[in-house]
Amino acid sequence: MTVSYDNSKIIFDGIKAAGIRSISALPETWLGPLLQRAEDDPDVRLLQVAKEEEAIGIAAGAYFAGTPHILLMQNHGFLAAINGIVSLAQLYRVPLCMLIAVRGHWGEPYPWHTRGGIVTEPVLRALEIPFEYARDPQKVAKQIREAWTFSQSSLSPVALLLTRDLMED
Amino acid sequence: MERAECLQIIYPELEDKLVVTIMGACAQELYNLGHRENFFYLQHAMGLASSIGFGLATHLPNERVVVLDGDGSVLMNLGTFATLARYRPRNLIHVIFDNGSLLSTGGFESQTFSGVTDLDAIARGAGIRHVAHAVTTLDFGEAFLAAIERQDLSVIVAKVSAVGPDHYGMDLPLGENAFRFRRWIQGRARAGGTA
Repeated sequence: MTVSYDNSKIIFDGIKAAGIRSISALPETWLGPLLQRAEDDPDVRLLQVAKEEEAIGIAAGAYFAGTPHILLMQNHGFLAAINGIVSLAQLYRVPLCMLIAVRGHWGEPYPWHTRGGIVTEPVLRALEIPFEYARDPQKVAKQIREAWTFSQSSLSPVALLLTRDLMED
Repeated sequence: MERAECLQIIYPELEDKLVVTIMGACAQELYNLGHRENFFYLQHAMGLASSIGFGLATHLPNERVVVLDGDGSVLMNLGTFATLARYRPRNLIHVIFDNGSLLSTGGFESQTFSGVTDLDAIARGAGIRHVAHAVTTLDFGEAFLAAIERQDLSVIVAKVSAVGPDHYGMDLPLGENAFRFRRWIQGRARAGGTA
Protein backbone atom coordinates (compact mmCIF):
# COMPACT_ATOMS: atom_id res chain seq x y z
CA MET A 1 0.00 0.00 0.00
CA THR A 2 1.27 3.47 -0.86
CA VAL A 3 -0.03 6.94 -0.12
CA SER A 4 -2.20 8.27 -2.93
CA TYR A 5 -0.43 11.15 -4.67
CA ASP A 6 -3.48 11.85 -6.82
CA ASN A 7 -5.81 12.16 -3.87
CA SER A 8 -3.25 14.16 -1.87
CA LYS A 9 -3.30 16.66 -4.73
CA ILE A 10 -7.10 16.71 -4.74
CA ILE A 11 -7.14 17.44 -0.99
CA PHE A 12 -4.51 20.15 -1.32
CA ASP A 13 -6.40 21.76 -4.20
CA GLY A 14 -9.57 21.51 -2.10
CA ILE A 15 -7.90 23.40 0.76
CA LYS A 16 -6.85 26.15 -1.62
CA ALA A 17 -10.25 26.21 -3.29
CA ALA A 18 -11.77 26.83 0.14
CA GLY A 19 -9.70 30.01 0.31
CA ILE A 20 -7.21 28.71 2.85
CA ARG A 21 -3.52 29.60 2.48
CA SER A 22 -2.26 28.94 6.01
CA ILE A 23 -1.69 25.44 7.35
CA SER A 24 -0.30 24.09 10.61
CA ALA A 25 0.69 20.46 10.69
CA LEU A 26 2.68 17.70 12.19
CA PRO A 27 3.90 15.51 9.35
CA GLU A 28 2.98 11.84 9.20
CA THR A 29 3.05 9.26 6.41
CA TRP A 30 -0.43 9.78 4.96
CA LEU A 31 -0.05 13.56 5.07
CA GLY A 32 3.45 13.56 3.57
CA PRO A 33 2.67 14.22 -0.13
CA LEU A 34 0.01 16.76 0.83
CA LEU A 35 2.42 18.68 3.06
CA GLN A 36 5.11 18.53 0.42
CA ARG A 37 2.74 20.32 -1.94
CA ALA A 38 2.05 22.92 0.73
CA GLU A 39 5.76 23.44 1.27
CA ASP A 40 6.42 23.81 -2.45
CA ASP A 41 3.57 26.28 -3.05
CA PRO A 42 4.75 29.88 -2.62
CA ASP A 43 1.19 31.04 -1.97
CA VAL A 44 0.76 28.72 1.02
CA ARG A 45 2.25 29.14 4.47
CA LEU A 46 3.03 25.84 6.19
CA LEU A 47 3.84 25.93 9.91
CA GLN A 48 5.25 22.67 11.18
CA VAL A 49 4.82 22.11 14.91
CA ALA A 50 6.72 19.95 17.37
CA LYS A 51 3.51 18.66 18.96
CA GLU A 52 -0.06 18.99 17.74
CA GLU A 53 -1.30 20.94 20.76
CA GLU A 54 0.86 23.87 19.63
CA ALA A 55 -1.19 24.01 16.45
CA ILE A 56 -4.34 24.73 18.46
CA GLY A 57 -2.67 27.88 19.80
CA ILE A 58 -1.39 28.83 16.35
CA ALA A 59 -4.86 28.34 14.87
CA ALA A 60 -6.30 30.61 17.56
CA GLY A 61 -3.71 33.26 16.70
CA ALA A 62 -4.57 32.97 13.02
CA TYR A 63 -8.27 33.28 13.82
CA PHE A 64 -7.72 36.42 15.88
CA ALA A 65 -5.61 37.74 13.01
CA GLY A 66 -8.44 37.07 10.57
CA THR A 67 -6.47 34.62 8.42
CA PRO A 68 -8.20 31.43 7.25
CA HIS A 69 -6.22 28.50 8.65
CA ILE A 70 -6.50 24.73 8.62
CA LEU A 71 -4.90 22.10 10.87
CA LEU A 72 -3.54 18.80 9.56
CA MET A 73 -2.71 16.02 11.96
CA GLN A 74 -2.90 12.31 12.60
CA ASN A 75 -5.57 11.04 14.98
CA HIS A 76 -2.93 10.34 17.62
CA GLY A 77 -1.94 13.99 17.34
CA PHE A 78 -5.57 14.94 17.83
CA LEU A 79 -5.56 12.86 21.00
CA ALA A 80 -2.41 14.71 22.12
CA ALA A 81 -4.07 18.09 21.52
CA ILE A 82 -7.24 17.59 23.50
CA ASN A 83 -6.62 19.99 26.37
CA GLY A 84 -5.89 22.78 23.92
CA ILE A 85 -9.05 21.97 21.97
CA VAL A 86 -11.17 21.96 25.13
CA SER A 87 -9.56 24.72 27.19
CA LEU A 88 -8.67 27.14 24.42
CA ALA A 89 -10.81 26.53 21.34
CA GLN A 90 -14.05 25.41 22.96
CA LEU A 91 -13.71 27.56 26.08
CA TYR A 92 -13.13 30.76 24.09
CA ARG A 93 -15.31 29.89 21.07
CA VAL A 94 -12.41 29.74 18.66
CA PRO A 95 -13.22 27.76 15.48
CA LEU A 96 -10.87 25.00 14.31
CA CYS A 97 -11.01 23.29 10.95
CA MET A 98 -9.12 20.03 11.43
CA LEU A 99 -8.21 17.45 8.80
CA ILE A 100 -7.34 14.30 10.69
CA ALA A 101 -5.70 11.23 9.16
CA VAL A 102 -7.41 8.29 10.84
CA ARG A 103 -4.88 5.54 11.31
CA GLY A 104 -5.56 2.31 13.15
CA HIS A 105 -8.95 1.46 11.74
CA TRP A 106 -10.48 -0.85 9.08
CA GLY A 107 -7.64 -2.56 7.21
CA GLU A 108 -4.93 -1.34 9.58
CA PRO A 109 -1.96 -3.74 9.52
CA TYR A 110 0.10 -1.99 12.21
CA PRO A 111 -0.75 -2.95 15.81
CA TRP A 112 0.61 0.30 17.28
CA HIS A 113 -2.02 2.40 15.54
CA THR A 114 -5.02 0.36 16.57
CA ARG A 115 -5.96 1.69 20.01
CA GLY A 116 -5.89 5.27 18.77
CA GLY A 117 -7.94 4.29 15.75
CA ILE A 118 -10.55 2.54 17.83
CA VAL A 119 -11.08 5.43 20.27
CA THR A 120 -10.95 8.38 17.85
CA GLU A 121 -14.64 8.48 16.96
CA PRO A 122 -15.89 8.02 20.56
CA VAL A 123 -13.54 10.78 21.73
CA LEU A 124 -14.82 13.14 19.02
CA ARG A 125 -18.37 12.37 20.14
CA ALA A 126 -17.50 12.90 23.82
CA LEU A 127 -16.01 16.30 22.98
CA GLU A 128 -19.04 17.22 20.85
CA ILE A 129 -16.83 17.86 17.85
CA PRO A 130 -18.85 17.52 14.63
CA PHE A 131 -17.13 15.18 12.15
CA GLU A 132 -17.51 13.56 8.74
CA TYR A 133 -15.52 10.83 7.04
CA ALA A 134 -13.82 11.64 3.75
CA ARG A 135 -13.65 8.49 1.60
CA ASP A 136 -14.40 9.63 -1.94
CA PRO A 137 -11.96 11.83 -3.89
CA GLN A 138 -14.90 13.21 -5.88
CA LYS A 139 -16.44 14.62 -2.71
CA VAL A 140 -13.52 15.60 -0.53
CA ALA A 141 -13.08 19.17 -1.83
CA LYS A 142 -16.71 19.93 -1.07
CA GLN A 143 -16.34 18.34 2.35
CA ILE A 144 -13.34 20.55 3.13
CA ARG A 145 -15.26 23.65 2.08
CA GLU A 146 -18.23 22.62 4.19
CA ALA A 147 -16.05 21.78 7.21
CA TRP A 148 -14.49 25.24 6.95
CA THR A 149 -17.85 26.97 6.62
CA PHE A 150 -19.33 25.09 9.57
CA SER A 151 -16.34 25.75 11.83
CA GLN A 152 -16.72 29.48 11.20
CA SER A 153 -20.48 29.63 11.68
CA SER A 154 -20.50 27.43 14.79
CA LEU A 155 -17.28 28.87 16.31
CA SER A 156 -16.46 25.27 17.10
CA PRO A 157 -13.82 22.69 16.29
CA VAL A 158 -14.86 20.61 13.29
CA ALA A 159 -13.10 17.47 12.05
CA LEU A 160 -12.90 15.93 8.60
CA LEU A 161 -11.52 12.41 8.96
CA LEU A 162 -9.23 11.28 6.15
CA THR A 163 -9.73 7.53 5.69
CA ARG A 164 -7.66 4.70 4.22
CA ASP A 165 -9.97 4.58 1.18
CA LEU A 166 -8.97 8.13 0.34
CA MET A 167 -5.33 8.19 1.43
CA GLU A 168 -3.99 4.90 0.08
CA ASP A 169 -3.83 3.55 -3.46
CA MET B 1 11.77 41.40 41.93
CA GLU B 2 8.06 40.86 41.65
CA ARG B 3 6.11 40.16 38.50
CA ALA B 4 3.66 42.95 39.29
CA GLU B 5 6.56 45.46 39.28
CA CYS B 6 7.76 44.16 35.93
CA LEU B 7 4.27 44.47 34.47
CA GLN B 8 3.99 48.01 35.75
CA ILE B 9 7.26 48.94 34.04
CA ILE B 10 6.22 47.63 30.63
CA TYR B 11 2.52 48.52 30.86
CA PRO B 12 2.85 51.81 28.92
CA GLU B 13 4.65 49.95 26.13
CA LEU B 14 1.79 47.49 25.78
CA GLU B 15 -0.71 50.07 24.59
CA ASP B 16 -0.26 49.35 20.89
CA LYS B 17 0.87 45.73 21.03
CA LEU B 18 -1.02 42.44 21.00
CA VAL B 19 -0.59 40.91 24.44
CA VAL B 20 -1.26 37.30 25.40
CA THR B 21 -0.95 36.35 29.07
CA ILE B 22 -1.09 33.05 30.86
CA MET B 23 -3.63 32.21 33.54
CA GLY B 24 -3.93 33.16 37.14
CA ALA B 25 -1.67 35.64 38.87
CA CYS B 26 -0.07 37.01 35.70
CA ALA B 27 -3.42 37.65 34.04
CA GLN B 28 -4.85 39.22 37.18
CA GLU B 29 -1.91 41.53 37.76
CA LEU B 30 -2.05 42.81 34.18
CA TYR B 31 -5.80 43.26 34.42
CA ASN B 32 -5.37 45.17 37.69
CA LEU B 33 -3.20 47.72 35.89
CA GLY B 34 -6.13 48.37 33.58
CA HIS B 35 -7.63 46.12 30.94
CA ARG B 36 -7.16 47.05 27.31
CA GLU B 37 -8.90 45.61 24.27
CA ASN B 38 -5.58 44.35 22.93
CA PHE B 39 -5.02 42.03 25.91
CA PHE B 40 -5.96 38.35 25.73
CA TYR B 41 -5.90 36.34 28.94
CA LEU B 42 -5.47 32.61 28.39
CA GLN B 43 -7.03 31.37 31.61
CA HIS B 44 -6.43 27.69 30.86
CA ALA B 45 -4.73 25.52 28.21
CA MET B 46 -1.39 25.95 29.99
CA GLY B 47 1.55 26.16 27.61
CA LEU B 48 -0.27 27.61 24.62
CA ALA B 49 0.17 31.35 25.23
CA SER B 50 3.37 31.39 23.18
CA SER B 51 1.71 29.34 20.42
CA ILE B 52 -1.12 31.89 20.22
CA GLY B 53 1.50 34.63 20.11
CA PHE B 54 3.30 32.80 17.33
CA GLY B 55 0.06 32.48 15.34
CA LEU B 56 -0.64 36.19 15.79
CA ALA B 57 2.89 37.31 14.96
CA THR B 58 3.12 35.13 11.86
CA HIS B 59 -0.18 36.27 10.39
CA LEU B 60 0.18 39.94 11.43
CA PRO B 61 3.72 40.86 10.43
CA ASN B 62 3.11 44.57 10.97
CA GLU B 63 1.95 44.16 14.58
CA ARG B 64 4.17 43.64 17.60
CA VAL B 65 3.19 40.74 19.84
CA VAL B 66 4.11 40.28 23.51
CA VAL B 67 3.57 36.96 25.29
CA LEU B 68 3.60 36.99 29.09
CA ASP B 69 4.38 33.40 30.03
CA GLY B 70 5.44 31.55 33.18
CA ASP B 71 7.80 28.73 34.09
CA GLY B 72 4.99 26.31 34.92
CA SER B 73 3.19 27.04 31.66
CA VAL B 74 6.17 27.01 29.35
CA LEU B 75 7.39 23.74 30.88
CA MET B 76 4.17 22.20 29.51
CA ASN B 77 5.10 23.21 25.95
CA LEU B 78 8.87 23.22 25.60
CA GLY B 79 8.51 22.38 21.93
CA THR B 80 7.32 25.96 21.46
CA PHE B 81 10.94 27.19 21.73
CA ALA B 82 11.96 24.97 18.84
CA THR B 83 9.02 26.05 16.70
CA LEU B 84 9.64 29.73 17.46
CA ALA B 85 13.33 29.36 16.66
CA ARG B 86 12.56 27.59 13.38
CA TYR B 87 10.23 30.29 12.07
CA ARG B 88 11.74 33.21 14.00
CA PRO B 89 8.88 35.71 13.97
CA ARG B 90 10.70 39.03 14.22
CA ASN B 91 7.74 40.76 15.84
CA LEU B 92 7.41 38.51 18.89
CA ILE B 93 8.71 39.11 22.41
CA HIS B 94 8.32 36.11 24.70
CA VAL B 95 8.58 37.08 28.36
CA ILE B 96 8.74 34.24 30.87
CA PHE B 97 8.19 35.13 34.51
CA ASP B 98 10.09 32.40 36.31
CA ASN B 99 9.07 32.19 39.94
CA GLY B 100 10.02 28.52 40.35
CA SER B 101 6.52 27.84 41.50
CA LEU B 102 3.12 26.64 40.37
CA LEU B 103 1.81 29.61 42.32
CA SER B 104 -1.64 29.87 40.82
CA THR B 105 -2.37 26.17 41.32
CA GLY B 106 -1.22 25.73 44.91
CA GLY B 107 2.36 26.97 45.15
CA PHE B 108 4.24 23.73 44.56
CA GLU B 109 7.82 24.17 43.42
CA SER B 110 8.36 23.85 39.68
CA GLN B 111 11.40 22.26 38.05
CA THR B 112 13.07 25.67 37.79
CA PHE B 113 13.12 26.07 41.58
CA SER B 114 16.66 26.54 42.96
CA GLY B 115 17.95 26.76 39.42
CA VAL B 116 17.66 23.03 38.75
CA THR B 117 16.25 23.66 35.29
CA ASP B 118 17.58 26.62 33.33
CA LEU B 119 14.97 28.07 30.98
CA ASP B 120 17.47 30.45 29.37
CA ALA B 121 19.64 27.50 28.38
CA ILE B 122 16.62 25.62 27.02
CA ALA B 123 15.57 28.59 24.90
CA ARG B 124 19.12 29.12 23.66
CA GLY B 125 19.57 25.42 22.97
CA ALA B 126 16.35 25.41 20.98
CA GLY B 127 17.95 27.96 18.68
CA ILE B 128 16.60 31.29 19.91
CA ARG B 129 19.32 33.86 19.36
CA HIS B 130 18.25 36.63 21.71
CA VAL B 131 17.69 35.37 25.23
CA ALA B 132 17.95 37.79 28.15
CA HIS B 133 18.02 36.96 31.85
CA ALA B 134 16.66 39.53 34.29
CA VAL B 135 16.94 39.48 38.07
CA THR B 136 16.29 43.16 38.81
CA THR B 137 13.60 45.49 37.54
CA LEU B 138 16.33 47.55 35.90
CA ASP B 139 17.58 44.45 34.01
CA PHE B 140 14.04 43.65 33.02
CA GLY B 141 13.13 47.10 31.77
CA GLU B 142 16.33 47.32 29.75
CA ALA B 143 15.86 43.85 28.30
CA PHE B 144 12.31 44.65 27.27
CA LEU B 145 13.25 47.94 25.61
CA ALA B 146 16.16 46.24 23.86
CA ALA B 147 13.78 43.58 22.55
CA ILE B 148 11.43 46.23 21.19
CA GLU B 149 14.26 48.03 19.44
CA ARG B 150 15.82 44.82 18.15
CA GLN B 151 12.81 43.82 16.04
CA ASP B 152 13.73 40.16 16.25
CA LEU B 153 12.40 37.18 18.14
CA SER B 154 13.41 37.74 21.77
CA VAL B 155 12.99 35.70 24.92
CA ILE B 156 13.32 37.34 28.34
CA VAL B 157 13.47 35.11 31.40
CA ALA B 158 12.62 37.24 34.42
CA LYS B 159 13.35 35.71 37.81
CA VAL B 160 10.57 36.84 40.10
CA SER B 161 9.44 35.94 43.61
CA ALA B 162 6.53 33.60 44.05
CA VAL B 163 3.91 36.11 45.07
CA GLY B 164 0.65 36.98 43.40
CA PRO B 165 -2.21 39.44 43.68
CA ASP B 166 -4.26 39.74 46.87
CA HIS B 167 -7.48 38.99 45.03
CA TYR B 168 -8.71 37.28 41.89
CA GLY B 169 -11.62 38.23 39.70
CA MET B 170 -12.18 39.94 36.38
CA ASP B 171 -15.30 41.52 35.01
CA LEU B 172 -14.62 39.91 31.65
CA PRO B 173 -16.18 36.60 30.58
CA LEU B 174 -13.74 34.48 28.57
CA GLY B 175 -15.72 34.48 25.34
CA GLU B 176 -16.14 38.26 25.50
CA ASN B 177 -12.37 38.65 25.88
CA ALA B 178 -11.79 36.55 22.75
CA PHE B 179 -14.48 38.30 20.67
CA ARG B 180 -13.32 41.76 21.60
CA PHE B 181 -9.63 40.94 21.16
CA ARG B 182 -10.36 39.74 17.64
CA ARG B 183 -12.55 42.74 16.91
CA TRP B 184 -9.80 45.14 18.06
CA ILE B 185 -7.31 43.47 15.72
CA GLN B 186 -9.74 43.52 12.80
CA GLY B 187 -10.57 47.15 13.45
CA ARG B 188 -6.90 48.10 13.40
CA ALA B 189 -6.36 46.11 10.23
CA ARG B 190 -9.21 48.01 8.56
CA ALA B 191 -8.12 51.40 9.87
CA GLY B 192 -4.40 51.24 9.29
CA GLY B 193 -3.81 48.29 7.04
CA THR B 194 -1.64 46.69 9.72
CA ALA B 195 -2.83 43.18 8.84
